[in-house]
Amino acid sequence: MTPADYLPIALMVLLGLGFSGVSLWMSWRIAPNNPTPEKLAPYECGIVPLQEPVQRFPVKFYLVAMLFVIFDVEIVFLFAWAVRMDEFGWAGIAAVGIFMLLLLETLAYVWKRGALDWNVSVRRRYRPVVAPDLEEEAA
Amino acid sequence: MHVSFEQWLTEIANYVFAALAIPTLVGAWMVVTSTNIVRAVLYLVVTLAGSAALFIMLGAEFVGWTVVLVYIGAVIILFLIGIMITRAPLGSHEELSHPATVKIPAALLSIVLFTVVAWAVADAFGGLAIPPDVGATRTGQLAEVIFQRFVIPFEVVSLVLLSALVGGIALARKDEPEEPA
Amino acid sequence: MSGLELLVVSGIKVVVAFAFLVLTVLVLVWVERRVVAFMQNRYGPNRAGPGGILQTLADGLKLFFKESMTPRKAQFLLYIAAPVLAVVTALLVFVVIPIGAPVTIGDTTYTLQVTDLDVGVLYILAISSLGVYAVALAGWSSGSKYPLLGSVRSAAQMISYEAALGLALVPVIMFSRTTSLAGIVEAQSGTFGGLLPAWNIVLLPSFVIFLIAGFAETNRAPFDLVEAEQEIVGGYHTEYSGMRFAFFFLAEYINMFNMAALTATFFLGGWNGPLFGPTWLRYVLPVIWFLIKSWVVVFLFIWARGTLPRIRYDQLMAFGWKRLIPVSLVWIMLAMVAIGVRRFGLPWA
Repeated sequence: MTPADYLPIALMVLLGLGFSGVSLWMSWRIAPNNPTPEKLAPYECGIVPLQEPVQRFPVKFYLVAMLFVIFDVEIVFLFAWAVRMDEFGWAGIAAVGIFMLLLLETLAYVWKRGALDWNVSVRRRYRPVVAPDLEEEAA
Repeated sequence: MHVSFEQWLTEIANYVFAALAIPTLVGAWMVVTSTNIVRAVLYLVVTLAGSAALFIMLGAEFVGWTVVLVYIGAVIILFLIGIMITRAPLGSHEELSHPATVKIPAALLSIVLFTVVAWAVADAFGGLAIPPDVGATRTGQLAEVIFQRFVIPFEVVSLVLLSALVGGIALARKDEPEEPA
Repeated sequence: MSGLELLVVSGIKVVVAFAFLVLTVLVLVWVERRVVAFMQNRYGPNRAGPGGILQTLADGLKLFFKESMTPRKAQFLLYIAAPVLAVVTALLVFVVIPIGAPVTIGDTTYTLQVTDLDVGVLYILAISSLGVYAVALAGWSSGSKYPLLGSVRSAAQMISYEAALGLALVPVIMFSRTTSLAGIVEAQSGTFGGLLPAWNIVLLPSFVIFLIAGFAETNRAPFDLVEAEQEIVGGYHTEYSGMRFAFFFLAEYINMFNMAALTATFFLGGWNGPLFGPTWLRYVLPVIWFLIKSWVVVFLFIWARGTLPRIRYDQLMAFGWKRLIPVSLVWIMLAMVAIGVRRFGLPWA
């Protein structure tokens, strides 16, 4: 890397910040501003909010984020390998293949444990559902 | 290798370094002193972004962007979602600040840790200069090290990741007890 | 190049790229509204300017003169940082996309790319993962129910499909042996057997996965449940108005064009295409090929929006993790064995 590669990125950040800052400031100066208590209340389809925002989310969001961390790490390794795959030959392919199989296994485990089912009804689909009359016939 | 302060001031790279290092340190300070847990996590983003920029400045582009992708883009998001799913206070919370009996040993411990790490780094790499224009080879060098010298640790990494997820699921399952068969 | 010259060249490139993106968004919003209107048997905006092309400008100006409200419970600094962050990350992705062949004027060669990073692909993934923050901050700092719901949903959506996006690019890197975007375009400049252009679209599964993940990553239909009006009012930007809302809108459309341009760059050969005529035409044609390819992909985005209904949240997560990601993992393994056989021969030979 050379500093020349990153100079335009720094300039783009400055330009983006400058553009945003100036236009937000100008809009703030020009546009009308007469707040009323009703206007500033949290949006609730026109009625008065009865309760605070939900402060708790399903734990599945956490599992998905965790799975994402794992796949992100994998992607970084795969990129590093793919750039130089010619040098590593079949040994490299074997190493990456084993790594990926282990990750597929991780995914299969999470899948099997139902962490990827977002609908409760879907998660319970393996519960044996036997109609009463069928049960009598079987007996 | 000794550099006088006047010499230090003539090098542009030193100013860039200072511009990156100061926000990194301030961010780190705010992470531990903030009483709002979401703010603390966002200050951690500042610190990580600063360290990523320092990696890039040292010529380790691949490592720098990996820090952004994996730490800022994934791990911190995991923290944020973790805060959202627990009943952790979203607003400011005084309990996050510990009494002096905890603060002082913690401060001493971090000073000792800092000294040890700083001494080790200075001892190992103190006299080395960063060769200019090495970006193109660094990614390849990194790949060589991972896939030739450290193949076994590389494979073990996937097992570590698997065990992390098993733990996560074990924690999550307590939330929803198994249906009786 | 001397320091000053470098600064001037970079400055010009950055300003041109910025102007190009803003102009593209102005046209893009109008094109989308018109095309969707025709698909739905209506006219769409056709009053402002010829064919209504100035409609976006009119809408932007209207938003500029509207009141920007700050909800009472908002955390002001973060609340205002979110739309700015959205725009800056959208602008930063475009920085590494090559829009034309390098131009030689006198002794100096200028690349038609703001900057060519050696780790370009990693850079793109890293910057688009920062885009999640704009959404998360907007939802959290608004201090309102619907934005919070929308932002947590969309954070999970964006990270799920970003994994698929990254995996889809692994075979592309195997093909071109580089993560620099200019290098990837260059690697697609040849032909297969002198007939077909050597574009990476031969990696068809990767292309399809990338396109689908791109739809989801930019929160476009059929994955637009981030702002599903019927359930969560408007998603993470419910509490934004005036210019601040316009910024989210701008960022969304820049991201859409970026994703189309990236698809063209990774899979459709970038600016490669037949060259003929005098020297100046040889510099202009690549830009035209790049624009044509990008707009073809843009049309796919609009087509999907005009055709497909929004999917449910459980379907979204199930599709991402149970279909897209396993398929891309298996595809990478197939691709690496196939490329291995081609490059190194059979493993036992």
